[in-house]
Amino acid sequence: MLRLPDFNYIKPKSLKEAARLLADLGPEAMAVAGGTDVYPKMKRGQFTPRHLVSLRGLAEMKGIRAQAKEGMWIGAGETLTRVSQNSAVQRRFPALAHAAGSVSTPQLRNAGTIGGNVFVDTRCNYYDQTFFWREAAGFCMKKDGDICLVAPKSRSCLALFSSDTAPVLLSLSARALLVGPDGPRAVPFDEIYRDDGMHFVTKRPEELLKAILIPRASFGLGNVYLKLRRRGSFDFPILGVAAALSADREGTCLSAKLVLTAVASAPKVVDEASRLLVGKKISRELIEAAAEAAARVSHPVDNADLDYWYRKRMTGVYVKRALAGLAGIELEAERAGKKPNQV
Amino acid sequence: MRKSRKDSKAKSEQNGLKKRLLRLKVNGELKEVATETSKTLLEVLREDLGLTGTKHGCEVGECGTCTVLIDKQPVLSCLVLGVESEGTEIVTVEGLMKDGRPHPLQRAFADSGATQCGYCIPGIILTAKSLLDENPRPSRDEIREALSGNLCRCTGYVKILDAVEQVVRGEVA
Repeated sequence: MLRLPDFNYIKPKSLKEAARLLADLGPEAMAVAGGTDVYPKMKRGQFTPRHLVSLRGLAEMKGIRAQAKEGMWIGAGETLTRVSQNSAVQRRFPALAHAAGSVSTPQLRNAGTIGGNVFVDTRCNYYDQTFFWREAAGFCMKKDGDICLVAPKSRSCLALFSSDTAPVLLSLSARALLVGPDGPRAVPFDEIYRDDGMHFVTKRPEELLKAILIPRASFGLGNVYLKLRRRGSFDFPILGVAAALSADREGTCLSAKLVLTAVASAPKVVDEASRLLVGKKISRELIEAAAEAAARVSHPVDNADLDYWYRKRMTGVYVKRALAGLAGIELEAERAGKKPNQV
Repeated sequence: MRKSRKDSKAKSEQNGLKKRLLRLKVNGELKEVATETSKTLLEVLREDLGLTGTKHGCEVGECGTCTVLIDKQPVLSCLVLGVESEGTEIVTVEGLMKDGRPHPLQRAFADSGATQCGYCIPGIILTAKSLLDENPRPSRDEIREALSGNLCRCTGYVKILDAVEQVVRGEVA
């Protein structure tokens, strides 16, 4: 049986108090909200906190509001179910509703929060195992060991960034409202992540996500999220493509942002795609070029489900589908009735 | 009572485990239990309250077997602490009988042989109950979607979906 090791369970009354507790207790403390990432990892010995600071029931992290000036405010403590079923989210940001609704299973989404998904731990076949398994196979650098078992010469950990919602938030230029012991600050999601499987967030460990802010300027964007995984449920993404576009009446692209997930240790913004698309009339050829640009910067390694070369090849396919869907352009294969098998 | 609680506290301190008194509302009844803070709701239900109808599968959120209802929503009892379940309404499969009669879902599953080994069935029935309470006439796809977090390694799911549909159509005796 996998039991939780013993720990102190602390229930602060506010986020600020929680941040202060995390600062005082140091690396032996961890924050927990829905618990769907923390508890399995504690059972497998991947997380070994002595103190858990609970964010459950903090009203200041709850609520989803569309505001006239500031845009949309989504409390980090809202469950993935509530985000995916919120009518304002569904209307404005179907990509976010779909991403939140595609995480794991209905049961897990009833407990797991969007704040937890945004900072969900990076994943790897050699890391997401029980202590017993890892001890037998040899520990990796992310926990208890000192080399990377995927690429023994790698100096840094290659664990995969596996959030479904984060790439969508980047594509919508959202900001993170962080609360530290000294007060709040808002940071663009573009600056929150780092391509390092062990240290994949740039915020200070005691800083807590209070809310997600999607700017008013993103309200008119067409947006979509496509997820690749083996099963239609349970699975983490082994590739995710988030795209947000706007175009004028003639179909000329005004803005475009394309973000990949599960191809590196951080979400990957495909800058080249924006350069290719903005200012031009979106065509099949242009979409083809953007898909090639995305595939060039997609570098899956052999540490997740399905073959890494397949995941790289699917990057182009998924980007094409995402952009064509948003621009209302039919793709060759789809037009000929040869829709490739959905995985 | 007080003395035994003190005794168990002394014992738990000896073991280095922190116990606390939990007040849980399970199947409409208020239960008090002194147990380790680190126990999941699944462990409290099975080991401290003797409610072994809730089954114990992967323990890490990858199978749905341990599903219970918390405030009418299906959640994984292996990933929520007993402490975190205080102040909520918990329903387990033991709470589905009404006036000595099994719930229509239980009767439909039994009648149509939608169980084989039966291990995943308490979680599936509770998940289906939560769906039907919210949406009494779901389509087959909606049932499929609602049950997409419950693995069954025997049935192939067809009879499970059939059984839920029987209840939707009111065909349960």
